[in-house]
Amino acid sequence: MSAASPGRRASVAGAAVLLACLAALLLMPLGVDKFYVQLVTKMMIMAVFAMSLDLLIGFTGLVSFGHAAYFGVAGYVLAYAAPQYQAASLWVSLPLAMAVSAFLALVIGLFVLRTSGVYFIMVTLAFAQMLYFVFHDTKLAGGTDGVYIYARPDAALGEWAGGWKPFDLENFVHLYYVVLALLVLTWIVLRRVLDSPFGRVIAGIKVNEPRMRSLGYATFRYKLASFVIAGTLAGTAGYFAAAQFGYVNPDLLGWHLSGSAIMMVILGGMGTLGGAALGAFMMMLLELLFQGLTKHWQLLMGCSIVGVALLLPHGLLGTVAAWWGRRATTGDTERTDG
Amino acid sequence: MDERAPILRTEGLSKHFGGLAAVREVALTCRVGELHAVIGPNGAGKTTLINLLSGDLPPTSGRIAVAGNDVTGLPAHRISRLGVGRSYQKTNIFLPFTGFENCRLAAQSRLQPSMRFFAPAHAHAPTRAAAERALAMAGLEGRADVVAASLSHGEQRQLEIAMTLATAPRLLLLDEPLAGMGAEESAQIVALLKRLRADHAILLVEHDMDAVFAVADTLTVMVDGAVLATGAPDAIRANRAVQEAYLGSGEAENVSS
Repeated sequence: MSAASPGRRASVAGAAVLLACLAALLLMPLGVDKFYVQLVTKMMIMAVFAMSLDLLIGFTGLVSFGHAAYFGVAGYVLAYAAPQYQAASLWVSLPLAMAVSAFLALVIGLFVLRTSGVYFIMVTLAFAQMLYFVFHDTKLAGGTDGVYIYARPDAALGEWAGGWKPFDLENFVHLYYVVLALLVLTWIVLRRVLDSPFGRVIAGIKVNEPRMRSLGYATFRYKLASFVIAGTLAGTAGYFAAAQFGYVNPDLLGWHLSGSAIMMVILGGMGTLGGAALGAFMMMLLELLFQGLTKHWQLLMGCSIVGVALLLPHGLLGTVAAWWGRRATTGDTERTDG
Repeated sequence: MDERAPILRTEGLSKHFGGLAAVREVALTCRVGELHAVIGPNGAGKTTLINLLSGDLPPTSGRIAVAGNDVTGLPAHRISRLGVGRSYQKTNIFLPFTGFENCRLAAQSRLQPSMRFFAPAHAHAPTRAAAERALAMAGLEGRADVVAASLSHGEQRQLEIAMTLATAPRLLLLDEPLAGMGAEESAQIVALLKRLRADHAILLVEHDMDAVFAVADTLTVMVDGAVLATGAPDAIRANRAVQEAYLGSGEAENVSS
């Protein structure tokens, strides 16, 4: 196939915007207060979380309403892994948190992926709420109050490297850049996965799952793999969220956070990675803006979500991409890069 | 009888939907080199039969063997991987994807192992080649980059067949491939079926009697879910029961003309 030049132009423009965003994120800590560096750190963590959910909602067609479960459980893993008043090793606790959330997604996925449509939404919610109440109603980890994580994970390498510490997560600028690296890495990994044969299969499942089966694809396995990848990435985000906040509590796996993540994906545009990240940033900026205006900020938040749903049905990025696509008058709607 | 073992063999194949017997005790075979057409009035159970053979529906009773393996009750994806490709009467394609991507996705289903996470899908040359071959066979070579939703109805029907071919099946189950096609495309597909017959087993459900009698080696006539007659086209045309039940005097004239 000859690469259509309008499509090529659109992806060049997309790459330019992406690089500009990356440059802005790289330079930002040099010019602003600690408050804003920490705020953007939190936004980037939520962007990773939203992108992981977009793999399910936007790319596989699975609307999970329990995605906070993996986010929260990974946070609890960090809390458990840290000796009291001491730091856990990053290199042990992070892989552990990812493995636990992957395993959790595998087990939950084996059950919930037998359902579809609105039942899938309800069952994912049910599993997440079950876990919420496990942490909420038992003394496993502080009950409703949660537990503090007194020290952020320690990045010091082992004896073989002379205990060398490449960065210090207690330093807010270091934490910022580590989370930025995580954001970029997540984007690259997801982009590659989506362009791989696997990614084309889940795209086919989203459009027409019965036809994928008759073409010879064991669609359940693909959906399960997608569910596990998304859960693992959500866990990674949750781990860093717990590390940044310095505490975990049951709200980290509650339906409220699961719902927020869905709203981020919708706000930015389903099926575009950049859209999900943009949605996370926008949602938290709006939250901050409205909180400054009134204590009834959630009313304004709700109105703006309704407004986006009505006026921009493809989300912020989806609308821009569609507008660009119309301008370029290319027939290629097969994929919207983000 | 042909010495080659049939790729497809069914025995006593039945499907009941509640009290309705959609397919009753169907026994048929299909060999490589044979085009076996199934005809019958609307509601005779032809599409249900294909759905049973492809695994889209589980049979109520009876057996299906593909290349000697019992596949009764296997899910559709397992049957597909044994070399069975089907096309749908109602166009069943991926509308947001290009024609090429529809076929590439179909061809990709033959990769071993099939789950590949990292290398770009579009860089896999054998899959691309298989997709391009399938598009060309179905007469869509110039339309590869067009989004399927923008193809004409007839072109979507051709794409349906191209996707089936892209999975490199030995047994083709074609459910009214000519429905909704123009005369030119129909002739093209009939010519394609004649070529494919050499190294495929083809089970064809079709209402276009001119096409059926032009390409079929064997005909099975179904009425009310059961097989009324099976035989060579000439024998079927001369069969009194078939004439009464289905072809009718008018259509029989049509056929013999």
